Amino acid sequence: MADQNGNPLIRARNLVKRFGELVAVDAIDFDLQRGEAFGFLGPNGAGKTSTMRMIGCVSPVTDGTLSVFGLDPARDGAKIRARLGVVPQQDTLDMDLTVRENIIIYGRYFGLSRKQLGIRADELLEFVELTERANDKVEPLSGGMKRRLTIARSLINDPEVMLLDEPTTGLDPQARHVVWDRLYRLKRQGVTLLLTTHYMDEAEQLCDRLVVMDKGKIVAEGSPRELIGRYSTREVVELRFDDSRPDDFGYWTEGLVSRVESLPDRVLLYTDDGDAASHGLHERGLVPESVLVRRSTLEDVFLHLTGRTLIE
Amino acid sequence: MSNYLLALRPFEFFFMQYKRVWRGTAITSVVTPIVYLLALGVGLGVFVDRSADLPDGISYLEFVAPGLMAATAMQLATFESSWPVLSAIKWDRQYHAMLATPLRVRDVLLGHQSFVAARLLVTSTVYLVVITAFGAVESPLGILAIPVAALVGLSFSAPIAAWAAHTQTEVSFVAIFRFVILPMFLFSGTFFPITSLPAPLELIAYLTPLWHGVTLCRELTLGEVELWSGLLHLGYLLAFTAVGLALARMTYRRRLVV
Ligand SMILES: Nc1ncnc2c1ncn2[C@@H]1O[C@H](COP(=O)(O)OP(=O)(O)OP(=O)(O)O)[C@@H](O)[C@H]1O
Ligand SMILES: [Mg+2]
Repeated sequence: MADQNGNPLIRARNLVKRFGELVAVDAIDFDLQRGEAFGFLGPNGAGKTSTMRMIGCVSPVTDGTLSVFGLDPARDGAKIRARLGVVPQQDTLDMDLTVRENIIIYGRYFGLSRKQLGIRADELLEFVELTERANDKVEPLSGGMKRRLTIARSLINDPEVMLLDEPTTGLDPQARHVVWDRLYRLKRQGVTLLLTTHYMDEAEQLCDRLVVMDKGKIVAEGSPRELIGRYSTREVVELRFDDSRPDDFGYWTEGLVSRVESLPDRVLLYTDDGDAASHGLHERGLVPESVLVRRSTLEDVFLHLTGRTLIE
Repeated sequence: MSNYLLALRPFEFFFMQYKRVWRGTAITSVVTPIVYLLALGVGLGVFVDRSADLPDGISYLEFVAPGLMAATAMQLATFESSWPVLSAIKWDRQYHAMLATPLRVRDVLLGHQSFVAARLLVTSTVYLVVITAFGAVESPLGILAIPVAALVGLSFSAPIAAWAAHTQTEVSFVAIFRFVILPMFLFSGTFFPITSLPAPLELIAYLTPLWHGVTLCRELTLGEVELWSGLLHLGYLLAFTAVGLALARMTYRRRLVV
């Protein structure tokens, strides 16, 4: 779905961000449609945050064009920001105010009345399950609670689009699932989600469509399923060795698999039938310390596209 | 007009934050003038008044009290625009929260400085009440020393905020207090007329905004203000504040919009 003029909600063409000599975002193109959950997946320094900050109208575009809600960030930054909900990579909560006060003052920045905000803040605290902590200071909250508070705060202006920069980095698995669940509910309510992540499972869980970024460039785009179909095989065999790791895998795997990736700690064999491949290796007399057959993930897509793993 | 109203939102934030600590600062702002006036105006003043070469036969208490009022505003303002500004940029990052909303850099700067101005007005009011109680205020014109002292504060807080938004670490703040604020406190006419200084230092003292502020506050509480020299002092303080704000707008932009 597009806006009244038939344009996408966010559109970038040849978008560039430079910091002095360094090119953080290198001429990327993408469109975001209303109601979508769209992800930027990429390793450290890929340019995810730089992109999000340009969309959030807090960082000027160096080159190329960017339009958000059909508006120009350079001219209408304030108007655009009024319609966004931002969860920055680094928290910007006030440590001395209480949980509830943090939400209320943030709403005041949008010019909402205190009366409205009181009701809305309580609903949002309920939504992220922080009602019990409403009157506690922020400082002693756990990382996951702070992240949930930042999410609640970003919803105070009923944003049309949420910009989530690594919403779950540093959280334990349980806390991550809580965040995922909330984001999923927002998506169902029609909020458009734009998120960055290092986690392929997060991208697979939340994103309808994603781009893989590396060194400032978009190296692939599609739905998680499409990307896996296009850049990987159905299954992967992971081999680990003690000290007797052979160097010539081409020889051992000849005719058994379609591709081999050799990583420092393990060897990945790409094939549509993992069991058959591992069986074949066994027959040829290769005996690793452990063998694991699993489905391909976005991690494998990334590895294929860049030759590197997502999380170093 | 509505352009300036947006600054009320950051103002409200700093006010909310302040509500958590106001009791401590309220006590400080009452106790500080009392201690200074007891020690300097009353204690030291007895000796000074015996040697009696202050102009127009005023007591040392009357001489020093308005000076202290202006100097206190300077110190408060310098503090409020150093660590809190850098923190809002770098440690607690509250400015970044504001800038993700419809607020703009200038709203953030003006909001923070208006909060400092409000603090200065309140503290200076308390100061004036205390020195009046000590009998150090001769003229009803003294009430104008409140906004003047606040303006002295702003003539420091604006350029200091500009510096704080530029610097990477807080180490320079301690140096500013030690090598700029403290010498000014001692040598800008608060404790003795700057005519007693060696000529080059006297010239420097004339250039400090504090001297203009001290002099004007003193003329007001003594009721001996002259229109033209008064306007000159005021103009000097306003110019410092305006230049400081312009610089701050530049360094805030450079630091926050990247
Ligand atoms: N303010 C800045 N000044 C200079 N260089 C910067 C600035 N912000 C980012 N960079 C550089 O731009 C590049 C991209 O950084 P960015 O933060 O966008 O990456 P990222 O994909 O978000 O990485 P991460 O996963 O670590 O958050 C990096 O090389 C980074 O050092
Ligand atoms: Mg980042």
